Amino acid sequence: MQDSAVAEFEMSEYWYIKPDFEEKVQDFFAQKREPEVVLELDIPGKDFNIAGKGSSELKNLLKRLGVDSEILRRIAVAGYEAEINVAAHSQGGKMISNVFDNLIYMQFMDNGPGISNIQQAMTPGFSTADDLVRELGFGAGLGLPNIQKNSDALHITSALNSPTLVEIIIFF
Amino acid sequence: MTLRDIVELLEAEVLYEGADLNREVPCAFASDLISDILMCTKEPTLLLTGLTNNQVIRLADMIDLIGIVFVRGKKPMQDVIDMAKERGLPLVATNMTLYRSSGILYNAGLRSCRI
Repeated sequence: MQDSAVAEFEMSEYWYIKPDFEEKVQDFFAQKREPEVVLELDIPGKDFNIAGKGSSELKNLLKRLGVDSEILRRIAVAGYEAEINVAAHSQGGKMISNVFDNLIYMQFMDNGPGISNIQQAMTPGFSTADDLVRELGFGAGLGLPNIQKNSDALHITSALNSPTLVEIIIFF
Repeated sequence: MTLRDIVELLEAEVLYEGADLNREVPCAFASDLISDILMCTKEPTLLLTGLTNNQVIRLADMIDLIGIVFVRGKKPMQDVIDMAKERGLPLVATNMTLYRSSGILYNAGLRSCRI
């Protein structure tokens, strides 16, 4: 998806596509359509007053557009977990929500420090959260697994001392 | 079972005036970890927790929470209560532990939410 970024650093990547969604996801990237609505939000590092607002606003917008309530919850949970990840683990970043007529394509990009082993980070229960983050009830080691569980497609690109890019697609 | 029944069973305190206690509660979930709670995406649920920060209220923006029971005598700060009030989310607090509260409600017929 972000070829230039892959070339610039020695990135590792992780792909998940829900069974039977391969073709739909490929079509989406091949078509290169313009989104109907784009929401962009800064996520400061370690600011848990702001983290979560983007997903909450996105859910409200999609609700007005008539998206099914269970799909809304999946979008909200995946987006929220990703926002929390940016706030808890990075030096800050942003969330870009691209709304299309039949899907949502969310991008989370941060300013590092990156994930050294994405496969390990995907393991339920594995967490590198610090004490502050744990005190707030985070750090269960279920963030990325929860994102995957609720997504139709998930793409993570990262490396140690590099930015992380998390892309999520959920069809309506 | 309604929230009013739950307040009685858990000898709980209602944290703000005007909360809708007549809501029917079909099921419940109990945890102190936010990602665990976010597993409840399938149906509206009552949450029992010891977490009292603002992120617990924000969870109600993501999943459908019918109300929150704070256990072990914990109570959130006023700004957190205000956030819940804005959302029409009832809050109650009990001195009972998470285990005891869950046991009492389960025995009274309240099932676990589907995850």
